[in-house]
Amino acid sequence: MASRVLGLLLRYAYLYRRSLARSMELFFWPVMDLLVWGFLSVYLERVAAPRAVSYLVGALILWDVLYRCQQAITLAVTEDIWVKNIINLFVAPVRPAELMVATSIVGVFKAAIPGVLLTVLALVLYDYHLLALGGALAPFLASLLLFGWAVGIFTAGLILRFGQSAEALVWGIPFVLQPFSAVFYPVAVLPGWARTVALVLPSTHVFEGMRAVVAGEGLRGATLIAAFGLNAFYLLAGSLFFAWMLRRVREKGYLGKLGME
Amino acid sequence: MAQPVIEVTGLTKRFGATTAVDDLSFAVPRGEILGLLGPNGAGKTTTLQLLLGLTTPTAGQARVFGLDVQRRRYDVLQRVNFSSAYISLPTNLTGWENLHVFARLYGLRRPRPRVLALAETFGIADLLDRVTGALSSGQLTRLNLCKAFLNDPEVLFLDEPTASLDPDIADVVRETLRAQQRQRGVTIVYTSHNMREVERLCDRVLFLSRGREVASGTPRDVMERARQQTLEDVFIRIARDGRLTDSREAEG
Ligand SMILES: Nc1ncnc2c1ncn2[C@@H]1O[C@H](COP(=O)(O)OP(=O)(O)OP(=O)(O)O)[C@@H](O)[C@H]1O
Ligand SMILES: [Mg+2]
Repeated sequence: MASRVLGLLLRYAYLYRRSLARSMELFFWPVMDLLVWGFLSVYLERVAAPRAVSYLVGALILWDVLYRCQQAITLAVTEDIWVKNIINLFVAPVRPAELMVATSIVGVFKAAIPGVLLTVLALVLYDYHLLALGGALAPFLASLLLFGWAVGIFTAGLILRFGQSAEALVWGIPFVLQPFSAVFYPVAVLPGWARTVALVLPSTHVFEGMRAVVAGEGLRGATLIAAFGLNAFYLLAGSLFFAWMLRRVREKGYLGKLGME
Repeated sequence: MAQPVIEVTGLTKRFGATTAVDDLSFAVPRGEILGLLGPNGAGKTTTLQLLLGLTTPTAGQARVFGLDVQRRRYDVLQRVNFSSAYISLPTNLTGWENLHVFARLYGLRRPRPRVLALAETFGIADLLDRVTGALSSGQLTRLNLCKAFLNDPEVLFLDEPTASLDPDIADVVRETLRAQQRQRGVTIVYTSHNMREVERLCDRVLFLSRGREVASGTPRDVMERARQQTLEDVFIRIARDGRLTDSREAEG
């Protein structure tokens, strides 16, 4: 088990070491986002909105954690389909769970590296201290990573089953989740039906929790219970979905044809 | 007779209206090289995929080492390997990096000596530092074959392994497969459209047509029964008639 997970990690490490473009991509978009949103929130804070920087820049950095993590998992699977390597993995004694664990670890790195950079940049440019979230930061980050894993595993299942035709959909899924996760605004501004959707997403509870902490209300236990409870549910659901897709793919005989459409 | 390494019973795979493999039964004893032959679409690749657990059968069973491939897939996969002219290794990794990764995936403790020895055998030792995407298709095929030998497989499944090799390297590959069979009793099931190669390499051939077995036996045996001089003529007859003997002869 450990050997196979390490083998997969080695594969991803080689990939990033060799591909400068890929490593740059890790930083490029998050930094660009931070510049635009950061200066916008500085401006907003000046004209009208107190705490705009804390809300928006903090939210941006945290959202990026979820997004990078989800993308890392999906991209790892997609990459092996693109280069026609996926069959080599499936005829090796690699369990799907090992693939998921390895890609999830990659997700943590791909979230952590730009995360640290953004945190430092935010401090330098906007005098924003992410670490001021204090003890709440760790459970928030953990919760976002877990949700990133769950969504990543789900989208990886879609890619496996539907191949290239599903790719656009797969890249779009985080953007569907974002408005409902109340990342940059409180849940209260959403219309009733959207609020219902929002409350079943663990990410919503993290961002609501973050604003509560910034507003000095402290970290509520209920927030954490909701976030981690929902995460457990989505991780289970995502894994079952992936297993189901894998079973369908075996029945349809697509495994041998992946990457050849 | 000792228990065969591979046992296929009533194996059937339907894709919608297409029956790719139709009630196929055969057994392969240890150390045999079996050629799975037949025209395009006969069901060769599908049979290999069923044997590897990449595809689930509609009916019937495939056993390797006496283990049901569907239920004990990972136990089987640890002891077999697969290569095909139609799959690749990550193009942006070097040959060494790719083989190192797969050595780890198969649980090898000390990959380097094994990788170097295999690269030597397949004549790509000087290419290990090159990025896989820069290799010619024949060089890539040889790298794929190195991967296929990493775990010292007891059974090797090969889908058109020599498809893009030049005659010299194709010969080296055949020699290597033969040597592995002789020295270590490796069982090999492979597909090829090169009938001369099949005659030289295979202990036994199994001709498929529309997913069904049409003929099996030693190449010589099959040629005699079909009253043909070469396996290529047998192939053409099967491809055109879907059977071993000429239908007109049989009627007349
Ligand atoms: N995943 C799939 N879905 C639907 N039909 C399939 C699938 N895979 C194979 N087939 C069909 O099953 C039949 C057998 O295909 P297979 O690939 O096993 O043939 P083959 O003997 O390997 O042919 P070739 O010599 O061209 O490689 C063909 O009619 C093919 O179209
Ligand atoms: Mg084929």
